[in-house]
Amino acid sequence: MEAPLLHLALVGTPNSGKTSLFNALTGSRQKVANYPGVTVERKEGFFVTPLGRQVSVVDLPGTYSLRGRSPDEEITRDFVLGKASGETVPDLVLCVADSTNLRLTIRLLLELKRTGRPMILVLNMFDIASRRGITVDVERLAKELGVPVVTSIAVRKGGTADLLALTDEISARLAAEPQENSWRALSVSELRATQREADRIIADCVSLPARPDTWTARIDAVVLHPVGGLIVLALILFVMFQAVFAWAQPAMDLLKSGFDALGELVKATLPDGLLQSFLQDGVISGVGSVIVFLPQIILIFLFILLLEDFGYMARAAFLMDRIMGGAGLHGRAFIPLLSSFACAIPGIMATRVIDNKRDRLTTILIAPLMTCSARIPVYTLIISAFIPAKDVWGFINLQGLVMFGLYATGIISALAVSFVIKFFMIRDYAPAPFMLELPDYKLPRLKSIAIGIYTRAKMFLQRAGTTIFSMMVLIWFLASFPQPPAGSTEPAIDFSLAAMIGKALEPLLAPVGFNWQIAVALIPGMAAREVAVAALGTVYAIEGGKEAAEQIGQVLATKWSLATALSMLAWYIFAPQCASTLAVIRRETGSWGWMAVTFTYMLVLAYAASLVTYNVAVALGAG
Amino acid sequence: MTDHDDTRPHMPLGLALRGYTGVIQHLSTKDTGSALSDIELESRLIELGFVEGARVEVLHEGLVGRDPIAVRVDSITIAVRRREAMAIIVA
Repeated sequence: MEAPLLHLALVGTPNSGKTSLFNALTGSRQKVANYPGVTVERKEGFFVTPLGRQVSVVDLPGTYSLRGRSPDEEITRDFVLGKASGETVPDLVLCVADSTNLRLTIRLLLELKRTGRPMILVLNMFDIASRRGITVDVERLAKELGVPVVTSIAVRKGGTADLLALTDEISARLAAEPQENSWRALSVSELRATQREADRIIADCVSLPARPDTWTARIDAVVLHPVGGLIVLALILFVMFQAVFAWAQPAMDLLKSGFDALGELVKATLPDGLLQSFLQDGVISGVGSVIVFLPQIILIFLFILLLEDFGYMARAAFLMDRIMGGAGLHGRAFIPLLSSFACAIPGIMATRVIDNKRDRLTTILIAPLMTCSARIPVYTLIISAFIPAKDVWGFINLQGLVMFGLYATGIISALAVSFVIKFFMIRDYAPAPFMLELPDYKLPRLKSIAIGIYTRAKMFLQRAGTTIFSMMVLIWFLASFPQPPAGSTEPAIDFSLAAMIGKALEPLLAPVGFNWQIAVALIPGMAAREVAVAALGTVYAIEGGKEAAEQIGQVLATKWSLATALSMLAWYIFAPQCASTLAVIRRETGSWGWMAVTFTYMLVLAYAASLVTYNVAVALGAG
Repeated sequence: MTDHDDTRPHMPLGLALRGYTGVIQHLSTKDTGSALSDIELESRLIELGFVEGARVEVLHEGLVGRDPIAVRVDSITIAVRRREAMAIIVA
């Protein structure tokens, strides 16, 4: 009979290299899901040991202790104690330590030992420690701790061989070991005592070099300089956005022509009629118009993951803490808000690093105001159709300037909203503490980053394949039925359900300069912003024939006034048009109320901004 | 370390300027104005390695009000606001 699946759990402090060890062990055999009832990411992977034992390993959220002061840390505690609902108690806990920085992990391990779980201490990044002249008496450390100790170099091929061998050895005699849990929450004096004990063990077994990592000190001298550091941060952000817009273009063009060719192929092969229209207008051009943004999503996550792996993200939070504090935001909110430029969903999920509830709530409420990548298609389309590509003051491209203005307006509004929340809604406010480890810089691990990007790209494509696809089918259906009576000369869409809905909404949207076609496009756009572009394409395509779909920008330029276009841009800065974001807000705040608040305030801002923009533009003669 | 204690006055780390080096004498979480309870603040400081006898050095300061500070605690670097650092008494 085959041995049952062996369950491992990875536990460690933040920055211990837990995730790169997880990636090294499992490669791409990973499953990402959520723990039931909470939105903590559950990462499980699978591998086979040299002796052929099937192993499942769960990468638990990083923690400094088992006190469980945030949802993430509670998961780690409950999982190790076997109290997490629907989870198997781990057969073996791998406590992962950064070998260059053992103090906090050894203390955590002493606390973990009380749970009675079989355990291995993994001294990860052992190569970096050796290079820095840190020597560890591994045998003595194992004896002092009463736990097997193994060294590993997660980033090197074969660097986990010892760990795998030890896992086999221990799993063979697991059942024989008694498992008694004597863990309870530590008092302050016990905490202090365990840290003392840890320091004593380290003093006995580890010899540290006289001077710390000089590279980290040198880089920090620039990067954490009060003024220089902010300039570096601004430069990094500038390069990041340049890359997202400029470097992604060739790949996006390639994807776009690919989908166009596919559409042509369908048109050429299939006879004219409903099926051809469905495949070409509904499926290919609809889903294609969204998948085109894959290169940008990959690039923005590449930057975020690189900076995180390098160790820069914690520095960015340090630099921004007081500056954001002026608007009532916590320094840790910087990372979630930065991620929101890619997409508000990972951004809102990243607010879990903020452990104060009110700080977290404020960040969640304003995250959707950050210009996410789903707005880019809408902005790009309207800007290229209406804003001339001329230079102002000789060197600044006007289109780029408008784009920058849209981003800036989003950021400024977010800060303003946060300020208002701080001022009116959350009065008895004592700023939550900002305490963060600034890890030594490390060269990013390409394999880890590749796996991270792969996971996110897959999520995006799944969304395009499900939500967006079904929305496109719905739109195509609404725009195509009922069919016009035989012999009618008006465009087919005038007879459709979509036109009826759009025309019913038109009086509401007329004050902001929107016509019924826009109203039709905004309905599916409520599900996901970028869908509006495809929906406009479908609406005008079915109205104006195939040529219109291919040149949707030019069609808009003839059908809309400049004032309508500007009003649409203003609308898109604020409008709460993303069902997934609203769903995530409900999940993360655990309340329909906060979701409703977000939806309402954004809708009000959107309407007001469009109203002002449209009327000012008309008054200036752009109507 | 003991002669160190005698020659230098005790002060909260929250008042130390960039370049300051010293040794942690004790933690005193009363009246720091932190949003955390005394026990919670003390626990967190210990978990980040701020224990008696640890060597500290103020490495960096933020732009606004010289806040927060980046502190070297023995072998690691921790970013902390001055308000919370008031609980760490050094000499």
